[in-house]
Amino acid sequence: MAQEIDVELVHVTKRFGDLTAVNDISFQVPRGSFFSILGPSGCGKTTTLKTIAGFEEPDEGDVYIGGERMNNVPPNHRPVNMVFQQLALFPLMTVFDNVAFGLKMARVPKSERKERVERVLEQVGLKGLGDRKPGQLSGGQQQRVAIARCLVLNPTVLLLDEPLGALDLKLREQMKIQLKQLQHQVGTTFIYITHDQSEALVMSDRVAVMNAGRLLQVGAPDELYTNPQDPFVAAFVGENNDIQGTVTGLHGDHVTLDVGPFQIAAPVHPQMTVGSRFHNFIRPEKMVLLPPDTGRTEPTNQVPGLIQDVIFDGAVARAIVELTGGQQVMVLVTRTSDAPLPVRGEAVRVAWEPRDAHCFPLE
Amino acid sequence: MKSLHRSGGPRQKSRIPWDLVIPLIPLLLWLFLLLIFPHLRLLMLSLMKRGQKSLAEGGIFLGNYLKPFQDPDHLFIRVFIRTILFSLINTLLTLAVAYPIAFYVAKVVKGMRKFVLLVLIALPYYISELVRVYAWMNILRETGFLNYLLVDVLHVMSQPVEFLYNTASLFVVFVYSSVLLMLMPIYSSLEGLPDEQLQAAQDLGAGPLATFTHIVFPSSLPGVTAGFILVFMMNVGDYLIPNLIGGKNNLWVTEMIYNRFIVSTNWNLGAAYSLVTLVLTTFVVWLGLRLTGQTLRGVFSEQ
Repeated sequence: MAQEIDVELVHVTKRFGDLTAVNDISFQVPRGSFFSILGPSGCGKTTTLKTIAGFEEPDEGDVYIGGERMNNVPPNHRPVNMVFQQLALFPLMTVFDNVAFGLKMARVPKSERKERVERVLEQVGLKGLGDRKPGQLSGGQQQRVAIARCLVLNPTVLLLDEPLGALDLKLREQMKIQLKQLQHQVGTTFIYITHDQSEALVMSDRVAVMNAGRLLQVGAPDELYTNPQDPFVAAFVGENNDIQGTVTGLHGDHVTLDVGPFQIAAPVHPQMTVGSRFHNFIRPEKMVLLPPDTGRTEPTNQVPGLIQDVIFDGAVARAIVELTGGQQVMVLVTRTSDAPLPVRGEAVRVAWEPRDAHCFPLE
Repeated sequence: MKSLHRSGGPRQKSRIPWDLVIPLIPLLLWLFLLLIFPHLRLLMLSLMKRGQKSLAEGGIFLGNYLKPFQDPDHLFIRVFIRTILFSLINTLLTLAVAYPIAFYVAKVVKGMRKFVLLVLIALPYYISELVRVYAWMNILRETGFLNYLLVDVLHVMSQPVEFLYNTASLFVVFVYSSVLLMLMPIYSSLEGLPDEQLQAAQDLGAGPLATFTHIVFPSSLPGVTAGFILVFMMNVGDYLIPNLIGGKNNLWVTEMIYNRFIVSTNWNLGAAYSLVTLVLTTFVVWLGLRLTGQTLRGVFSEQ
């Protein structure tokens, strides 16, 4: 059975003068999902969101919400609501009036209005705070007012523009979980904009990664992490080590990559020819540290190095190793036994299997 | 340990905090010399008979304060009521002219063009009010620019008309000279309204009119009230425009005070008229704030 699609962008392009903020992007957001658009600041994600909300009109392409084409429909007539980055609560109105505003605009009768506002305030955990002014609430509570103000209108889609950006770290961690739970509870489709990959990975069902106006990859967080389709995605989502080199030999199931001070084996990429330059990404948890003098031949790639630093973090530790030739890599050390952690200055060998790496052409 | 006592020792507590007082001296001087002292002097004058040298000499005389209410035909009361009424109408007209401009400059125009517009709006006010009023007289008089335009250029009228010295010309020049005072406070309160709030209102289903009545106007209200009070008080207290433009039928309360001081050279009576006007006008402003449910503190402090 085909999943119902709440929002669809088809070849949307938006330019501001010479700058192409959004460059030919297409994606679908399934009903009831938590969909994130992840990318560094200035990548065009906010413009994309504003195009869905109706504050920007695409120069090319179409926006569909709930199956209907929305081009040239003004924001107040679209079945989407937006939680603004700076929240944009109305400071002169009480919390109740803020939440009731949209219902008032829709001319919902007063008694029904009161009932719906109180229900949604309870839903977001703000029961009894309706008489306060937004300025009298904490950052997290204001956040929830902004969400309640939208949810009370039962929008097809809720758009969130980096709503956690203004909060401090601890509150942000709490709100991540709460937002995810809230989304499950109300079942509304969320489109969430963030530059923080951890927010996107923790909360989302699907993530779209954007850079420089282009949509690079759309997938489940796990898919993006384990199977990146683009060097930017590989580097941006999660921690990664990028060891770059020139292809010197093609051997069918693997290639030889000349890094300079050493040679490694790497997986095959269709565009590889002898002499072409490639990224080779290996996750920190896919690398292991071996003693310098062991006779082991597994894993295949073994590069000598010196421990620069060890960052201890409870169950795991991160070792920063300087490989022969000077490049630094990060290796995740899982503490499964009582084996001592490596110490600074220790000589080691960093080892990994070529099949765990991902290669992309270097531009 | 010694250094700990240097800054907060008990000996320093009784001293005058000069670091606070010295920067306040210009303000205190200004308040005293230009506001408190002249008004005290007016109060003293008003409590003395004509020709009396000092309060100690002849005692307190309240007769001057009865005079404004004993004019033949209740002249003062009628002039005062008309002054208040015309000033109110003019303030409303000024608001109607200034608000769209303030909104346009604060919310529609961006960047350098905003700066240029603000300079252009403020530029005429670099010139003395007297010169600007004379410029208007040049435009409106029988041999002036407007008549030249209508009679000689456009041929709309066959005969030149005297546009000066009537109530309409009074309002035109009044609005012109008050626009900046109304515009600036409204501009600054609209400037402080984030664009996101307008977008949020629109996103929640509000059309342009609803966004204006629910979001824009309420947040500009402190500016509107501040501008209203400034323009209203300036209009009531204006002398030049009613005198030069308004003509004989538009006697202003300031002209009556002027007449007491200069024409009848009765400073004691003039002082009493001034103070009665001040008290009554302040009462009108207070009443206006009460009727619209506002406080001065709300208007002149933020939020």
